[in-house]
Parts: sequence; C-alpha cells; structure tokens
Amino acid sequence: MDRVNDFAFKIATANGTGSASANGLIMQAIFRMGVPVTGKNVFPSNIQGLPTWYEIRVSKDGYTARTPTFDLMVALNAATYQKDVAEVRSGGYLFYDSSWPLDDKLHRPDVTYLGVPLAEMCNAAFSGVRERILMKNIAYAGALAALLEFDTDIIRQLLKEKFGKKPALMDSNQKAVDLGYDYAKAHFDCPLPMHLQRMDATKDAILIDGNTAAALGCVYAGATVAGWYPITPSTSLMDAFRSFCEKYRVDKASNKRKFAILQAEDELAAIGMVIGAGWAGARAFTSTAGPGISLMSEFIGLAYYAEVPAVIFDVQRTGPSTGMPTRTQQGDLMMCAYASHGDTRHVCLYPADPREAFEFATRAFDLSERFQTPVFVLSDLDIGMNDWMIPKLTWDDSYRPDRGKVLSAAELEEAKSFYRYLDVDGDGIPYRSLPGTHPKGAYFTRGSGHNKFAGYTEDGDEYTEVLDRLDRKVQRAAKFVPAPIVKATPGHKLGLVTVGGCHAACLEAMDLLAKEGIVVDYMRVRGFPFGDEVTGFLESHDINFVVEQNRDAQLRSLLMLETGVAIGKLSSVRYYGGFPMSAHHVIAGIKARLEKAA
Amino acid sequence: MTFLPKPRVHHPALPKNEIGLTRRDYEGTITTLCAGCGHDSITAAIIQAFWELSIPPHKVAKLSGIGCSSKTPAYFLKEAHGFNGVHGRMPALVTGANAANGEITYIGVSGDGDSLSIGIGQLSHAIRRNVNLLYVLENNGVYGLTKGQFSASADRGSLSKKGEANTMDAIDGCLLALTLGATFVARSFSGDKAQLVPILKAGLAHNGFAFVDVISPCVTFNDHDGSTKSYAYTREHNVEIVQADFIPPRDEIRTTIDAGGVREVMLHDGSFVRLRKVAADYDPIDRDRAYAYIRERQREGEIVTGLLYIEPDSKDVHDQNNTVDMALTQLPFEQLCPGSTELDKLQARFR
Repeated sequence: MDRVNDFAFKIATANGTGSASANGLIMQAIFRMGVPVTGKNVFPSNIQGLPTWYEIRVSKDGYTARTPTFDLMVALNAATYQKDVAEVRSGGYLFYDSSWPLDDKLHRPDVTYLGVPLAEMCNAAFSGVRERILMKNIAYAGALAALLEFDTDIIRQLLKEKFGKKPALMDSNQKAVDLGYDYAKAHFDCPLPMHLQRMDATKDAILIDGNTAAALGCVYAGATVAGWYPITPSTSLMDAFRSFCEKYRVDKASNKRKFAILQAEDELAAIGMVIGAGWAGARAFTSTAGPGISLMSEFIGLAYYAEVPAVIFDVQRTGPSTGMPTRTQQGDLMMCAYASHGDTRHVCLYPADPREAFEFATRAFDLSERFQTPVFVLSDLDIGMNDWMIPKLTWDDSYRPDRGKVLSAAELEEAKSFYRYLDVDGDGIPYRSLPGTHPKGAYFTRGSGHNKFAGYTEDGDEYTEVLDRLDRKVQRAAKFVPAPIVKATPGHKLGLVTVGGCHAACLEAMDLLAKEGIVVDYMRVRGFPFGDEVTGFLESHDINFVVEQNRDAQLRSLLMLETGVAIGKLSSVRYYGGFPMSAHHVIAGIKARLEKAA
Repeated sequence: MTFLPKPRVHHPALPKNEIGLTRRDYEGTITTLCAGCGHDSITAAIIQAFWELSIPPHKVAKLSGIGCSSKTPAYFLKEAHGFNGVHGRMPALVTGANAANGEITYIGVSGDGDSLSIGIGQLSHAIRRNVNLLYVLENNGVYGLTKGQFSASADRGSLSKKGEANTMDAIDGCLLALTLGATFVARSFSGDKAQLVPILKAGLAHNGFAFVDVISPCVTFNDHDGSTKSYAYTREHNVEIVQADFIPPRDEIRTTIDAGGVREVMLHDGSFVRLRKVAADYDPIDRDRAYAYIRERQREGEIVTGLLYIEPDSKDVHDQNNTVDMALTQLPFEQLCPGSTELDKLQARFR
C-alpha cells in the first residue's frame, strides 16, 4: 500500500561537502510540488569534516515534528554508518554509495538496500576534487528524485533559477542530477512505496527559518541600532538583519546608512550598546544564546531598574555552560524570566515558528518601549536555523510603532516640572525624556537606589516605593503580551501545556492520542508574565502535562511560581537530549503518567 | 556642607557666553566628595570648557561608570541627561547612545579602577572604534569609594596608606591609548586648570575618541609620602611637553606664532588646536615617537603632560559606518519600514 506524501528521510554526510546545497534543492523541489515539507539540519559544532545530517519530513497533513525513525536513510558518511543504519524503520530503505562495499556485520534483513555508485560516476563525469565532491551530493538528489518521484521539470527550473547566470554550473549540476536519476530509474523499481505526488498545499506559503523571519521583523519594526556578538545559533539572525538593512535601509540619494550594526567585543558590550541606544531613543536589539544571556545579566538588571527599553533575542541552545552549541533546548526560560540579581521579572515572548518570530519582533519593540523595560524573545535552534513552511507573512501598513510615554520638547516646555519616575496616571509607567530634547528634560539614569524623582536615595520607603511600582508595571504587561493558544472543551480533565519549539510535537501527539481515545486540551503559552487565562486553564484540569525541553522542568517551575497552581496538577514531560521534540516523546510521557495514576 | 542645596543667586555681572549662559548654568549639584579631592577641580575645568565653547547644556549627555570620579557628572551640567552605569561598562553605553544619536555631545567620566581594570576591555574597544566622545579618566591610583585598594595605575613600589608596597607595574592609560590607535591622547593634572581646560575643549571638538588622563590626587587614600599620585609628587614630577591652545572656528584673531615649534591642527568642525612644543624633540603627530618619548621620560621619573598625540584626519564610528547625517533617532518610521508591497515581493525568494 503506497504512502503518498507521508514519510520521512534522513541524509547523512560530512559538513563542508556541499550537502547543504543538495538538501536545499530537495526541500525546494518538494515545496514547489505543493507538498508540505520540513527540513531539520543536525550539524556539528565545527566547520568542515564532521558528521552532519539533514532530516526531511513530508506530511500531507502538515505535521512537522521530528520522527524517531526514518523510512529512507541516505547513508553517505562511513563514520556514522552504524548509527544511521539503526535509525531506519523496519521495512525501510537504506541508500548508499555503492562505489564502496557496505559493512556486512551491520546488515539488517528487514531493510532494503539501494546502492548507487555515486563517487564512481562523478569521478568519471567531472574533474577537479572539489567539483567531484559537490556533484556527488547533487547526484544523490537526482537519485532521490527518481526513487521518491520528484517532478524533474521543477528541479530543472530550480537549477535554472540558482545558476541561470552561470551556464557552466547549471549544466554540471543538471548533469549530476541526471546521472543519479538515470541510474536509479534503470536499477530500481521506481518509485518506492512511499513517494511524492503533486498537491496544492503550498500556494500561499513560504519556506523560511526563524532567524531570518525575526530579522525581517526587526526591520519592519523600525529597529535602527543593533549591538551583537557572534554565537551559535543566533548569528544568522544578525547576518539576515544586516542583509535586509543593506537592501532597505540605505538612502538612495546619498548612499548612506539608516542603521548602525555594531559588532561588539563581547556580549556585555553588546547589551551595553543596546541599552545606551534605547536610552537615547532608538529601537535597539541584540541577538544571542544562553551563554550570552549569562554574560549580559548585570546590564539587564540595570535596564530593568533604570527602566530602559531593550530587545533581546535568545535563540536557545543546549546548556549548561558551553553545552552543545548546535543542539536545541528550551533551557533559558527561568534565566530570562528573572535575569540579574535582586528582584527582577522580565517580559518574555515565546514564538513557536518563523511566522511568530516575525510578528513577535514587532510586539517586542512595542512592549519594550511602552513598558520601558527589557523584553526577551525566546526562540530556539530548531526554530531559528531550520526551514519551516509557514503562511506568507503579511504586514498592516497602518501599523505605527508604539514609542511609549516619551515627552516631546513642546510637552517639556509646557510642563511645570518633570521627574523621571513619577507614576502620574496610575498605570505604573512613568514618562521619560530623551537626551537632547529640552533643558527641562534632564535627569540622572542610575542603577543605584533612586526615588521617584530620580534622585539618589538610601531611604527605605523611597526605595520600596519605586521597586513596588516596577513590579506592578511589569505584571501589568501580562495583559499585553501575546495570549496563549488554547484548544479546550469544558469538562475535559486533562490538559497539555507547552511553549515554543514543542508546539508541533504536541499537536501531532494530541491527534494520535485522540485516535486511542485519550483526549487532552491544549495550551501553548506565548508570553510572560502569565495572565489569568493561563491560570484558568491550569486550574480547570485535574492534570496538566507540561511539555518542555530542559532537564529541570523550567516551564513547570515558572507556572507554579507565578500562578500558584498546586504542584500536584502539573505533571512534567521532558525530552532534552538536544534534538527537536517528537510526538512520540510527548505520548510516552503522558502515557507513563496516566499508567502511574491508574 | 553637602546637604545644602546650591544657592540660586549669583553675581549680576557674571560673564555670559555666546548663547547667553553664565558659568553657573553649566554647574550641577554640590559635590559629595572629600574636601580637596582632585576630581572637584576637574569638574570645575569641565564646566569652564563647556561654558567657553558655548555648547547648550541639554545637547550634552554625560555618562560614567562606578567610583568616586563616576559620581562627578552630577556636579556639572545639570541640564544634560546623565547615565551612571555599571562598573567598567560606560564605554558600551556611550557607544550605543552615540550610534543612536550622533548629534549630541558626549562626555564620559571614569576612574583608574573603572577604566583600567574591569573596564579595560570596553575602554580599549571604544578607543579602537574611535567613538566620538571626550573621555576623562580621573586618575588617583586607588579605589577611593571602596577605601584605598591599589588600582591598576598604581606604580610599582608606591605605598598604600597602610604602608604596603605595590608589586606590579602600572598600566599607563596614555600608552595604552596610543597602542590601541587612539586619535587623541592627553595627560594633565587636576591642579593645572590652565593646561586642562584647552585640552578638554580640543577633546570636545575632536571628531573621535579624545582620551584625557588626568592625575587627580585622592586626599583621603593616596596623598601620603610614598604615593606617586599625590599632590606633592605630581607637582614635583610633572613636565608639560606640549602646550595646547584651542581656537574655535569663528575666532578671527590670529596671534603671533612663536618662532619655534608651533603646529596648528585643524579639527573636523573647522576649529584649531595650536600645539606648542615645550620639549623641542617632541612631535605630537607621530604616534611611535610619542610613545617612545613618554616611556623614556617615565624612566627618568617624569610624568609628561599636555596634548600628547592628535591625529588630524580622525574618522569616528559614523564616518566609518557611513551613517546618514540625521540622527538615527530622528528618522521617521516611513523611512525605516519597507511596507507590505515589498514584503509580498521579497517573499518570492522563499519559495
């Protein structure tokens, strides 16, 4: 029985050999056939020569979470062959380069082996060491095209688009595709039982990674200053921002830049620059990962206490310490919520995919300037660096940035007096003035104890007054952060709660559990502080399965600390080995808990 | 008597600058530093310099780190926005502020602890970037606010108040700055206002990072025998090698030029710094020779002072970035957001 548009395959190669190009071609070809597709890059913390994998899932139903086993393994790296063989599902296929023999000891009788002499063919057809290596990868793409029934016209078109200006390259790439394709057609029963078929599901969609989408969001939000320090997996966010700025933020007449991107000497300087720029009145941001947030903590506390806007993207990776820089987790939830010593609490946004990364970028700047406080956007490596299919991004041209309560020169001129930290209208947010505006606007920004007049203080009551207002101010942001996504029916006793990158796995798990008669409500939190809706959801279920990717159940801790819901109602389901969450992890965790309860 | 607010009255005949302000309009609150602190003299020189240049106080931003010297921005330019940041991290703040709004005049005040220990990294990179600001390092060789520990600028062999000898070599801010490519390097002494004020003015007019190391004795913790940053020691050992005069662009008066050793350097805004070499064999435009000269004189026990180095064609962050002339904070949103039509178009590459 054929499985059309519902399978997963994995390509194992070594990094730096050009496989990324081949994988991109494959992804785009599937997408252009109108079939929903997801790609996950599993790469080492290295530049060249170490194992890298690319996992592609084709799903007519739109499931994007990682699968634990694969229908087809393209095993092109001898170094990882043993591991790769083990990940093929029973009855699946293993594709290999038959220029060399396989290890008999690892032979699996329940797997079908497809050998194509890629190296031999490419050595014969191409000259030059580098070209042979690159074309070998394109050749496997050609072979897959036959085995999985790609539309070859689309592949031809894609090559034309990519290499149109370099006909020699286009020809050699097409030649490599044909080599692989023709061999597979001639030697195997094509297509395999699981294969592609044209659909119409990608018409209004794009394939994009979360970092690029976030960067685009920063451009659209009007950010003009960025301070940053390179760190995996957030660097590509700033690279994309730079690229968009060079295109959209250069004055046509003078050729001068309407932005400043400062590569700092470390993360402390990066966040310092962002805060200085925010203080001066620019929309400023940085993009980093867990280790960077650790370094930035002192400055974050200053921005919180002195009430200076700053937007910080944390593309989370596996911790603690240096951890696994190229693996994913949601391990910074606690740190970002409470960054810095003393009593702090920060606004956090939790996008689940590139579309939310784009939209939340603008929300982050608006919230940061409205509430005069740092705002974290917590993405992760899977969201940030992998290609996701999302509906086309849209923009409302009537959007105007919320710059918050900033006094103009005219307002300062009129005012009898101005004091920086007075809560004049009861919303917990004072007015601020920008440097250079007006002589009456001057005040001292400081991280040391201050009173509501921005004067230095060591008086307990004055200090407490300001600190309490800060708490009220940020707690109030709960009403303005993105609301949770909720799918619930009154009367259901079980709830599933998650955040960010676990979204896809949870949705798929819920569908699979429902087929077995286990029905769970769903809530994905998207902002912090948590609002009443979050508390209400938790209270209304007997058990809430809190699904997340970190060892110490940080989301569960945050929910307990902030909503006061009893620990007995929150059951932790965790997978934190560094790969994106799978539906089966979620299902296994929920079933284990239900069995224990029974 | 620092609990008293400053009296608002002043002499009716106080001179006014070109924008009609008196020196009192450039002051801040009363100092809370120890009586006799060198930093207060520097504050007076800063006030003098800004007043003489007729810079509107609210068009200035004053930033500092943590320490006694970092408290001083409160004591000058009450109409300027101030930012007392975290220890050693003022350079990053001012780099960001300057990036956002390059139209404001920035002054950063720091101390030898703030700048040469915890802050040495950020100071170094702000110099390297050539951020356009006047950076005043108020140098007393100790951590005053935490009660007298040696700082990184304490000389080897100098004694703490408790009689302990420092075993490590000093980090010299001017030599550090020269090594890092600073485009303006000066050293002065809080007790020599005549020398310091023109240097500060030139630093403010300079289009780039103006590093000014000012020996500023700490009367409480480092003004004793055995200190090499005391009033007594500094007066005895400091040697002015370049005398600087600042001539603003609109000043038509051309004074007679001495026969020997005067050089005029034109700054970015058309003003001039006139450098008169007191030491015949010194060249304030030659970085390597400046470095060598200072080292040589240090071996003789001399603290050379003056405008030690200036680079005439200095390009700051905005020159290097080729930023638009208008401050980024003033750009209207329509110029920053590409709009919905463009968003639709650009997504073609993601298919």
